[in-house]
Amino acid sequence: MSKDIAFTLNSRPVRVTVGSHENAVDVLRRFDLFGARESCGQGLCGCCTVRVDGKPLSGCLTLGLKLEGAMVETVESLDAGGELDPVQQAFIDQGAFQCGFCTPGFVMMTKQLLREKPQPDDEEIRSYLSGNLCRCAAYPEIVKAVKDAAARMAAAAA
Amino acid sequence: MNKMDFIKGQDAGSAQQVGASPPRLEARRKVTGRAAYVHNASAPRMLHAKVFRSTVAHGRIRSVDVSEALALPGVHWVLTGEDIRQIVPNPYYGPAFHDQPVLALDKVRYVGEPVAVVLADDPYVAADAVNLIIADYDLLDSVDDEIEAMTSKAVVHEELKPAGTFPDLKHLHGKRNTNIALDYHLRRGDVASAFASAHRVFENEFRTQATMHVPLEPMVSMAVPDDDRLIIHTASQSPSFVRLEIARLLGWPENRVQVKVPHLGGGFGAKLYIKLEALVACAALIARAPVKLSLTMEEQFYTITKHPTTFRIKTAVDAEGRITARKCEIFWNGGAYADIGPRVTQKSGFTAPGPYDIENVEVSSYALYTNRPPAGALRGFGIPQLVWAYESQADIMARALGQDPLEFRRHNLLRDGRPQATGTIMQDSAIHEALELVAERLGWNEPFDRGSGDIRRGRGIAVGFKASISPTTSVAMVTIAADGSVSLSISTVDMGQGSDTAMAQIVAQVLGIRTEQVNVVHPDTDATPYDMATLGSRSTYHTGNAVKLAAEDARTKLWAMARDAGIDTESGFSWPSVFKAHYGMQAGTIIGTGTFIPDYAPADENGQSPLVTPYWMIGATAVEVEVDVRTGHLNIVRMINAVDCGKPLNPRIVETQISGAATMQLGFTLSEEMNFEAGQVTNASFADYKIMGIHDIPGIMENHIIEAEQSKAPFGAKGVGESSTFGISPSIANAIEDAVGVRLYELPLTPEKVLRAIRSAGGNPLED
Ligand code: FES
Ligand code: FES
Repeated sequence: MSKDIAFTLNSRPVRVTVGSHENAVDVLRRFDLFGARESCGQGLCGCCTVRVDGKPLSGCLTLGLKLEGAMVETVESLDAGGELDPVQQAFIDQGAFQCGFCTPGFVMMTKQLLREKPQPDDEEIRSYLSGNLCRCAAYPEIVKAVKDAAARMAAAAA
Repeated sequence: MNKMDFIKGQDAGSAQQVGASPPRLEARRKVTGRAAYVHNASAPRMLHAKVFRSTVAHGRIRSVDVSEALALPGVHWVLTGEDIRQIVPNPYYGPAFHDQPVLALDKVRYVGEPVAVVLADDPYVAADAVNLIIADYDLLDSVDDEIEAMTSKAVVHEELKPAGTFPDLKHLHGKRNTNIALDYHLRRGDVASAFASAHRVFENEFRTQATMHVPLEPMVSMAVPDDDRLIIHTASQSPSFVRLEIARLLGWPENRVQVKVPHLGGGFGAKLYIKLEALVACAALIARAPVKLSLTMEEQFYTITKHPTTFRIKTAVDAEGRITARKCEIFWNGGAYADIGPRVTQKSGFTAPGPYDIENVEVSSYALYTNRPPAGALRGFGIPQLVWAYESQADIMARALGQDPLEFRRHNLLRDGRPQATGTIMQDSAIHEALELVAERLGWNEPFDRGSGDIRRGRGIAVGFKASISPTTSVAMVTIAADGSVSLSISTVDMGQGSDTAMAQIVAQVLGIRTEQVNVVHPDTDATPYDMATLGSRSTYHTGNAVKLAAEDARTKLWAMARDAGIDTESGFSWPSVFKAHYGMQAGTIIGTGTFIPDYAPADENGQSPLVTPYWMIGATAVEVEVDVRTGHLNIVRMINAVDCGKPLNPRIVETQISGAATMQLGFTLSEEMNFEAGQVTNASFADYKIMGIHDIPGIMENHIIEAEQSKAPFGAKGVGESSTFGISPSIANAIEDAVGVRLYELPLTPEKVLRAIRSAGGNPLED
C-alpha cells in the first residue's frame, strides 16, 4: 500500500508517494537528503536523527506516512545560505568527529539540546546525547564542541 | 580560496604545515551531512540485492529452492553459487587463501554464510523474497573452538588453497584433513635449557573473545556494468586489492575494473580485501544492470570479526627477576575463511614474547579454521590479543616475585640497540619513555586512596608494541595545474583517521603552500595509483613517504621548468608564469610521482630476520580503577595513554586517534562479546552488543604523544591508529588484581566475571 503525502521539508512544501512499509530515512533519500542515515536501524544509534514538528526523532523508526502534514527538518537545513550553524562550526573547531557518519545526528541533537538548555553542563550534555553512538569515539571532543557552541550562541545573542 | 595565493608560489605558505593541526579537509562536508558515502550512491536501473544466508554451521548443500522467491513481483534474479560459476568458473577469493566462494558452493561453513542473493527493484521486495527461499542441508559435525580445531575430526576445508602470492604459504598447498591454515614458528636461543635452569617458571593461559568492528556505516558496495568494463563503488579500505582480485576472478585485465571509494563511515579493518565486491560484481554482470548491496548492522556480524584467541605463555625468570626464556603458543580462531588471518598469525605472532629482552624464545602461532564467521584484521592486527596475555603475565610474575610491576618491566624491557625475538635490532622505539610517562602521569609511586567498604581502588600498567606490515608498496602522484593549483592522487582511504589531511600537509610542506590548497583525489583506480591497503597504521609511513617523493618530484620539475624559462627560483616566483613561459599559454600539467617500498629482509626458517619491520609502534596505558565488590562493576577513574608515533604530522588528529582507539579497545575489554548458540550469533545488535557510549568514557582520560622521531619516515612520522589499543585490557585486569586481589584470564572483564572471581576468592562462589 502506498499513499501520496504532503509535508514541509526544510521550509519548502513537498509531495511524495510513500509506501506503508517505508521509514522516514527512505523518504528523505528520495529528495537526495542523505544526512540522516540508517546505521543500526533499531533506534539505538542516532545516525538517522531528524526533527519532526520541533522534536528530534529516529528516522529509522518513524514511518514515512507519519510525516504527512508535518514540519520536517534535516541537518541539511542548518547551513541554509552556505553559512555554517554555530554548532557545526564548533564541531569543526573542536575536531568532534572522525569518519563523520554519526556527525549529522550529533549535530541535530546538540542543536535541540541548546534550544532547550542554552548552557548545559557536562553531565547534561552526556545524558542528552546518550542515545547517539560514535564508533570512532569522538565523545570527549563532542562534549567540548557542545560547550563551544553554547558559548558562541550566547556571545552572538549578547 | 584566493587565486593570488598560488601566484606567489613558494612564499605563499611559508608557515610550517607538518606538525601543525589544520582542520580536516573534509570537515564542512561532514558537519553538513553532505559528505559522499557509498550509502548515498545509486545508478539508473539499479537493482537492490539481499543475501539469503546459511542457518547451519556446517553442512552439505542438498538443494536451494528459489522458485517462490523468483515468482515474487519485482524480483529480477535469484542467484546461487552455481549461477556465479557460470561467469566465474573458480569463484573463490581471499588475500592469503583462495578459499571463500562468492556464494556457497557444495558446502556451507558458518551460520550467516551467503548462499543465494535476490536482485529486485526495491530493497523491501528483495528482503521479502529472501524469506521465500528454502535451502536443505546435510548436517556435518562442526568445530567452534580454536583449541578443538587443532585436532578436530570436523574439517572445515577439504583442501587448503593458499593464494600462491606468498612464498611462506606454499608448503600448505593442497594439504588435506587439517584446520590449520598456517603454522608459524620462531626460535631463538635454547628455550629448553633456560627453562631447566630457571629460578621460577610461570605458565598461564589467556583467552580473548569474538568481537566485531561495527563501523556505523554498514558495509555497502555497488557494481555498475559499463560495456566491457565494470565500475565498483565500495566502502573499502583496499581499492587496489579489490581491483586486482575482481580482475583475477573475472579473468580480465585490471584496467577494465574501476574501483571508487568516496568517504568511509569507519573501517577499523572490517572493510579490507573483498567483502561484498565480488558478489555485486558477479550479480551486476549476470543481471546486466547496476547492483547495490547494503548490509544491515546485523549482517555485519556475519561478515568479519576479530579473532578469538587462546594464548599459552610460559616464562622463565632468574633470581633477579630477569626473563630468561619464553615460550608462546597462540591459537587464532579464524572462522570459516582465512581472510587475512594467516598474516595476523605470523606478523603479530613474532611479537608475542612482548617488548622484552629475552635470550631464549619460542613462538608457535596457528591460524585455525572453524565454523564461525571469518575473522580478519581489527585495529591492532592481533596485537591487543597478545599484549593482553604477556602484560597480564608480567604482573602475575612481578607479584609472585615481590617486585613492583613497573620495576619488573623496567628491568626487562628492550632498549634501542637490542635484538627483538626475530633478531631485528630495536630502534626508534620509545618503549621505556612511553611506560615512564604513563606511570608518572598516574603518580605510580605516590600513595592513593585505595577505597573502603564496597568500593576498592587499584592501579595497573601495561605496554605493548607492534611491527609494521611489510614489505608493502605505495604509489603517489602530485600534479600541478597551469594555474599553479595542486592535487594529490593516492589510493589511501580516509576512513576517519585523517589521512587526506595528513598527506596534504606533507605535500604543502614540500611545495611551500598551505594544506587546504591541496586537493586530495579520492581513491579511484582509474585515476589514483596503487596502494597496498589502508591498514595496520601503515599509511603515514608508507604512503607518506611516497607522497613526499611525489611532491619533491613535482617541485623539482617545476623548478627546472622555471630555470629553463630563465626565471629566478632563488626567491618566490609565480608558478603560472612558468607554465605560460613554457607552453605559451595557461596549459600543461606537471606530474610528480613517488613509489615507496620499505627496506625489509625476509625471515629464515626460524623466524629470524635482520630487518623484519621498517619501524615499531609503541603504546602504553596506566589506569586507576574502582571495583564494586558487591556487584563486580568497574569504574575507570583515570586512564593515561601514551604512544610513540614518531613526530606527529597533525598532533590534534593524532590525539583523537589515541583516544578513539583506546575507547574502542575499552569496549573490547569491558563489554563487547559476540555470543554464539549452535554457531549462530545471538546478539548481532547494539541492543545486546554493547559498544562504548558517551557515558562510558573514563572520568579522566589523558592522551600523550611521546617526543620522538622515526628515521626514514616522512618528517619523522609513523602510524598511530592502533597503538593506544595495546595496553588497555591488561592494564585494567592488572588494576583489578591490585584493587581486589583477583586475576582474570578471559576477556571481556564483565561485572559477572569480576564478581565470580571475587566470590570464589572469598570462598563463597556464585552459583551458575
Ligand atoms: S539508524 Fe536509526 S537510530 Fe540507528
Ligand atoms: S565520527 Fe565515526 S562514528 Fe562518529
